Amino acid sequence: MTDDGEISVVNSIDFQINSGEVLGIVGESGCGKSVTSLSVMGLVPSPAGKVEGDILFNGENLVSASEKRMRQIRGNEIAMIFQEPMTSLNPVFTIGSQLIEALQIHRKWPKKKAQAQAIDMLKMVGLPRAEELMKDFPHQLSGGMRQRVMIAMAMICAPKLLIADEPTTALDVTIQAQILELMKKLNEETDTAIMMITHDLGVVAEMCQRVVVMYAGKVVEEADVKTIFTSPKHPYTVGLIQSVPDMRDKKERLYSIPGNVPKPGSVKAGCQFAPRCAHAFDRCISETPALESLGGSQKVRCWLYEDEKGVDIVDRTIS
Amino acid sequence: MTEPLVKVENLKKHFPIKGGLLGKTVGEVKAVDGVSFTIHKGETLGLVGESGCGKSTTGRMLLRLLEPSEGNVFFEGKNVLGLSLNEMRKMRREMQMVFQDPFASLNPRHTVEKILEEPLIVHGMKDSKERKKRVKELLEVVGLNSYHAKRYPHQFSGGQRQRIGIARALAVNPKLIIADEPVSALDVSIQSQVLNLLQDLQKEFGLTYLFIAHDLGVVRHISDRVGVMYLGRIVELADSEPLYDNPLHPYTQALLSAVPVPDVEIKKERIILKGDVPSPSNPPKGCAFHTRCPQAMDVCSAKRPDFREVEKGHYVACHLYE
Repeated sequence: MTDDGEISVVNSIDFQINSGEVLGIVGESGCGKSVTSLSVMGLVPSPAGKVEGDILFNGENLVSASEKRMRQIRGNEIAMIFQEPMTSLNPVFTIGSQLIEALQIHRKWPKKKAQAQAIDMLKMVGLPRAEELMKDFPHQLSGGMRQRVMIAMAMICAPKLLIADEPTTALDVTIQAQILELMKKLNEETDTAIMMITHDLGVVAEMCQRVVVMYAGKVVEEADVKTIFTSPKHPYTVGLIQSVPDMRDKKERLYSIPGNVPKPGSVKAGCQFAPRCAHAFDRCISETPALESLGGSQKVRCWLYEDEKGVDIVDRTIS
Repeated sequence: MTEPLVKVENLKKHFPIKGGLLGKTVGEVKAVDGVSFTIHKGETLGLVGESGCGKSTTGRMLLRLLEPSEGNVFFEGKNVLGLSLNEMRKMRREMQMVFQDPFASLNPRHTVEKILEEPLIVHGMKDSKERKKRVKELLEVVGLNSYHAKRYPHQFSGGQRQRIGIARALAVNPKLIIADEPVSALDVSIQSQVLNLLQDLQKEFGLTYLFIAHDLGVVRHISDRVGVMYLGRIVELADSEPLYDNPLHPYTQALLSAVPVPDVEIKKERIILKGDVPSPSNPPKGCAFHTRCPQAMDVCSAKRPDFREVEKGHYVACHLYE
């Protein structure tokens, strides 16, 4: 809710994550990817925001779950890593006490046992001198180390789903490489599914098996990672991939999508992307397309594919 | 090769660390520790490096927004560091800056017109009508409309604000623009618009850029030559193609291999560096990178390597190439 009334930031999002899978959610700022993740965690502030629909986790509907039940799930079965490792650790508690809190609450473990497990977790995420680190405060660590602590904290109860909201955006590339490597290793060794929210297509290509592309609160395309990069269908996905400067090959000029991301609620009818789309025709402005399957795992929300399913728009449009 | 516009020699910036009861200087942060390079007329020199490597400090010292501790900066043969404050102000007409954060670098209480007029007033354009005309011109040059002049910064999106920042830098017809992370706060689709704009302006006005960024893809796209910085020093400097295709310094190699590439077909060999960047208040002896270098030798911890030309136009500071 805002002064202007109700605004839907995220609008009928449908997707699923299979256990053990890494799903990427891509989009630019304001597309609703973070709100989606907060909804799954039941962290959308009420009464400001309202979540409607069903979020099924192992068959259980999280939207209708009680606050008490959510508290049992959060940090236990579903854990989250945030973008800013600086602000998401409590500055007045030691790393150790923050790490064992989850085990003491969810598992009712005695302190000694929880501490031993916490030290093991710190070692697992590749932190040196784990025993001493337990007594350190967050400000004594560097950004990369703090993000490792966050991952250790998220993984300590062996969650079934880990939501990572831009986990490496605040980090330098060499540290980012370390963290991505670590997350990949954890995903392979445990059967934790990861929901990776990011704006960086490189991170997606590196980490994810399946990708959901969001634009202005809606899923515009969904496919496995290979299809997204080799045969993107939605004009927005195509534009996004072509806008990224390639490190290996210098182009004379970058492709750019004209205009700006619309404010939530500003595009009333039709396709949200129509005002910026090079292929928009009358129907795009008046009617809202649905997310349709194109056969296989690929789904797209675009009128272009209404009749001519599977035609490659990359060849047709951008030369 | 064209003549150099800017020549930087052994530039250093050491920030004192105050401590103790009397606020004595107890140490120094060597933010920039002996950087030398030249920027030729009409080219774009990129500076890349991770946070804290001193790339922004270097950019600011060229404009004397920070006073260097040591070294020389020549602009068209004139030593910038020897100028008085008054002369420096005149000199800044030739060299302008675009900042990273388009939200923090525009005064929220001024209209766009006022923001763009200010450099014109400072640099002596007295006729108000002429100034207004110039403001309109500038807005159109950066792809905004003249009716935007009466609006305030908060009414613009990030990309549009960055365009205003660029227009402000262009107002006084500078020769050199120092762009400090101009696109890192922007979304990908907006980032490419701003990069294209910068390239168009360079062609149109014959501008020279010092482009500071941490995004290696962006830097390759826009730069003719690239310098890689680590802990206050340039470790490698070359034309962008040889630097990206054939990096010589182990740090450059690791940095390039660490970047995730948006392509699923390619599985590349990744060099993962151990640990973090050491603190610049106590940089390692010898080569600053030797603590993390996979190819470090005995000599690396003892002697600081010279910055030397190993192939034509390809400079590197590493004992492996001596």
